[in-house]
Amino acid sequence: MKRTADALDAREYDYDSARRRSPMVEEVVELRRYRDLVRQLVTRNIKVRYQHSVLGVGWSVLSPLLTTAVLSLVFLTLFRQTAPDYPAYLLSGLLLWNFFIQTTSTMAVEMAGGTDLWKRVYTPRTVYAIATLATGVVHLVLAMVPLVALMLWLGIPTGAAWIAAPFAIVCVALFALGVGLTLAVLAVRFRDVLDLYQVVAGAWMYLTPVIYPRSIVPERYQWLLALNPMTWFIECFRLPLLENTMPDPVMAGLALTAALGTAGLGWWAFTRSADDLATRL
Amino acid sequence: MISPRASEAVPATTVRATRPAVVIDDVSVCYRLRREPPGSLRAYLLGRQRTGDAIVEHEALRGVSLAIAAGESLGIIGSNGSGKTTLLRLIARVLRPTRGRVRVDGRVVPLLDLVGGFHPELSGRDNILLNGTLFGLARRDIDARLDRIVDFAEIGGFIDAPLRTYSAGMVLRLGFAVATATEPDVLVIDEALGVGDERFQRKCAARIDDLRRHGATFVLVSHDLHSIRRLCSRALWLDAGQIRASGPAAEVTGAYLAEHDA
Repeated sequence: MKRTADALDAREYDYDSARRRSPMVEEVVELRRYRDLVRQLVTRNIKVRYQHSVLGVGWSVLSPLLTTAVLSLVFLTLFRQTAPDYPAYLLSGLLLWNFFIQTTSTMAVEMAGGTDLWKRVYTPRTVYAIATLATGVVHLVLAMVPLVALMLWLGIPTGAAWIAAPFAIVCVALFALGVGLTLAVLAVRFRDVLDLYQVVAGAWMYLTPVIYPRSIVPERYQWLLALNPMTWFIECFRLPLLENTMPDPVMAGLALTAALGTAGLGWWAFTRSADDLATRL
Repeated sequence: MISPRASEAVPATTVRATRPAVVIDDVSVCYRLRREPPGSLRAYLLGRQRTGDAIVEHEALRGVSLAIAAGESLGIIGSNGSGKTTLLRLIARVLRPTRGRVRVDGRVVPLLDLVGGFHPELSGRDNILLNGTLFGLARRDIDARLDRIVDFAEIGGFIDAPLRTYSAGMVLRLGFAVATATEPDVLVIDEALGVGDERFQRKCAARIDDLRRHGATFVLVSHDLHSIRRLCSRALWLDAGQIRASGPAAEVTGAYLAEHDA
């Protein structure tokens, strides 16, 4: 009997504050354990959002369509953009851009602020970041329905290169995770980070070919676009959809590297400071 | 180490009874209070602000050591600010010690705020799944116990109605039913039982007794010395972040009362 007890005592405790793998790795293990919670949070976010809006699912679809209609009118009449598929070009850019900005802003606010629940019930913190990200992806995929409808209406040929579009979504999602978590860490330390981000995001959008064609930018400023990861993601998204062309392998490689690198940086920064955040009042 | 009640009740197959369910070794917790609002990134980048914001450290626990046997019920008493809630947070894993070591066996369910994870627009069914997974259960474990949860909460036909249509009592019953639906190894309670009507309170107390008989460890923080004496075999008196006394509940609460009456 004594021997059994000793053997049992040698077993590790389920939770031991002194047993620390790298926080980055530990968070991934814990997140896997709580994957059902992530699923429930995403379900909640989507149900709550659509239950009480009069237009239902239509809302996430209608708002970018309206923007597209107005901007298409402006660009096609004022600037005499001749490309007939401009509305599809614009909508595809807007969808990806809006996904990025909304996801990063929401994630930064949630993860920096926390909730009262965090002080009472243990969960790995990144559960909430991943749920926000996944909710954004679901909205993005829903919003692609009208994009496809618009493309069919404009007579844009579809083809096998479409299989590359999910690649771009994965890249921009990883990038958003990294940016959102990094912002959250900074926002705890500096009170004006989230306000500054809104300003930066406004400027960033105009340095990305979201609403204008890349070709209208003068040659000497092209490098600005070429160094912008959001340009890579949006091009990797558009080329397969609108021109039925696989993205250039170099650009795809750059996009994936930037996405993984940023996600890794944000994950590292957030997980190493998560315990510290709990003792700050 | 093991209380007589636990060793009687715990079946021989429950091997966990052979070592403490919670071990706290020389633990200190240091909160960092910010005296001023955080600085701005703009000022920092422009070099108008030195690094590091004004922070005051507050030691909420100092060198606390404690072992709670599996199946034991421990009451924690002490005046406001003595570190009771901090100790609960350490056990519930939402806080890591600044120094020292905390070890816990099994799943901890905090009966602190039972309805904090609920959402008023979701149905009872969705809220059960949400709160159950929040307490670390797998979806299939909740599905398997869904009928029992609905029975205990007495919400019957309301299961698919949004939570905002429930009465306050129904919400509370649902919260308690989800938290105790599966067998938690450690139950952590922070004066949460003073809510609900008399009949529901008795029902909750019966469920908690039931869980304890099955080997659950039970930690209660309360100002109500009467309920500590009634529910706990052992009591711990915290004073300014240190253990003042630990022992049989009647003795420790008696000493605490004697000092505060004097």
